[in-house]
Amino acid sequence: MPERNATRTDGPRAFWSGLLSFGLVSIPVELVPAHTGGGSVLRMLDADGTPLARRYYCSSDEQEVSPDELIRGYELENGKVVVVTDEELEALAPKKSREIDLRLFVERDTIDPLYFERSYFLAPGKDSGKAYRLLAMVMERSGRAGIASFVMRDREYLVAIFAEAGLLRAQTLRFAGEVRSSAGIGLPKPVKLAPKQIETLCRSVKAMESKRWSHSGLTGGHDAIRELAEAKFKRKKDVVVSGESTAESGAQIIDLMEVLKKSLAESGLSAKRAKSRTASTARTTAKKSRKPRAARG
Amino acid sequence: MGQWPALVHETCFDGSNMDNRSIWNGSLAVGKRTIAVKLFAAVEDDAVHFHMLHASDKERVKQHMVNPVTGEVREPDEIHKGYEVERGKFVLLSDAELAKLEPPPSRVIEVESFLPVTEIEPVWYERPYYLGPVGKDADYFALARVLGERQRVGLAHWVMRKRAYSGALRAHGDYLTLSTLHSEAEVVAAPKVAPSARAADAKELAMAEQLVQALAGEFDPDAFRDEHRERVLELIAAKAKGKSVKLPPRARKRAAKPLGVALEQSLKQLAKHPQNDRERRSA
Repeated sequence: MPERNATRTDGPRAFWSGLLSFGLVSIPVELVPAHTGGGSVLRMLDADGTPLARRYYCSSDEQEVSPDELIRGYELENGKVVVVTDEELEALAPKKSREIDLRLFVERDTIDPLYFERSYFLAPGKDSGKAYRLLAMVMERSGRAGIASFVMRDREYLVAIFAEAGLLRAQTLRFAGEVRSSAGIGLPKPVKLAPKQIETLCRSVKAMESKRWSHSGLTGGHDAIRELAEAKFKRKKDVVVSGESTAESGAQIIDLMEVLKKSLAESGLSAKRAKSRTASTARTTAKKSRKPRAARG
Repeated sequence: MGQWPALVHETCFDGSNMDNRSIWNGSLAVGKRTIAVKLFAAVEDDAVHFHMLHASDKERVKQHMVNPVTGEVREPDEIHKGYEVERGKFVLLSDAELAKLEPPPSRVIEVESFLPVTEIEPVWYERPYYLGPVGKDADYFALARVLGERQRVGLAHWVMRKRAYSGALRAHGDYLTLSTLHSEAEVVAAPKVAPSARAADAKELAMAEQLVQALAGEFDPDAFRDEHRERVLELIAAKAKGKSVKLPPRARKRAAKPLGVALEQSLKQLAKHPQNDRERRSA
């Protein structure tokens, strides 16, 4: 993995760092998730309020296994296990493990959202401000997204890089093989439509059209939980104060906004303080964001 | 790696169970009109799955939740759920309290409004589904036609499996798709980039624009293959046969060229060897 030493605990950091290449121009960049953990907003606690930590135990001798002692194994059909190391995985694609090489620029809006997987910021690396700013400006003006594939940890990602308000964003895309087709699902064949049927629907749609939308209408299932918790907190009901924060229990909390600002400052593009959001809403846990495919599904 | 994931994940309700049955049935409400629909997973998981093993004896590992202060293991029924209101301050929430927060069940996907497709930026999209018609429903296909032609996306809300969702309703050929959207709290706001003190070098800007133009093309998802996945499977197969794998030496860093020079040389190189689409994609 390109950033194998990235497990330092002295503050926030990026999740992948490497080069963004554009012709012979190479820009050091860092990928920073644009989403918070996404899982539950609830923490698992002991009765006294101490946040619980996830620990690994060997299934044969019940001894605790530290994260450094974990390796990847692939189970064959005959039950045998093949061990694969990070170095071996990285060696499969050494160039793609450290470089996002933009060789194709497509119109941004022509990418079907069915392919969208996860969003990241592509933050400028140290002293890369000038080239970064130039590429962001050109891409924003052209309305195009650069397409590339690169390898992060044990997986290859197809990615669309585009610019928004001076910042580069990376949207990982699903490979065609991961997206089912309507025919593959067996959806019924379309019926022939009379012009009148289309007109009627068109009127219904037009009547509900609007130019803008508000993100604040997007209520996840978590908002109600937060509101209840805050109401109980005000009434001092069921509040447990722990000497520990989740930060010390292994699920390190990372303020993604701070990561970005630090990165912008070091690159020479200073960031103004964003006012819309408090740091606490823009954070995630390192663990969640770094899940390799190993345990998915 | 350093960081390892949880062994157990929030299970995705469409899972990897890829038969052609719908995962949810309901109706789509567009104004006063309702259209019966079936929801199907649009994503297939073809990842190479690894297990986590203990390095010394290659045994599978299990996970437990542990009180890091006392070192005591806590079983699932001993675990309390808390919301961290302030750093280190938690409010405990019981299962009964959490159950009360569940939205009332409903079978209706309510469309709030129709927006230009570009209005919902990529960062909001979470997980896509196909919305299939029930029988030969002209309204369904007419809606798909209208959304495609007018380039609109419907902002929709519904309740599924005890959770409230917001989603983007779009046309995909003759059919409709519905992608769940992230909630506002899940999306990290972009920090503002300070405007540059000096204007960009006009010549460099022009060259960079030329370079983007020279590399312009169309997005064809079928042109990209997950080659890494294939190589991972080959590596596993080779190792299973007992072959040892040779690791190539690490590449050395190239010295960075000044921006203007790099752009100029890139354009020259492209003029000499224009890349065809095939080369570009397989690279």
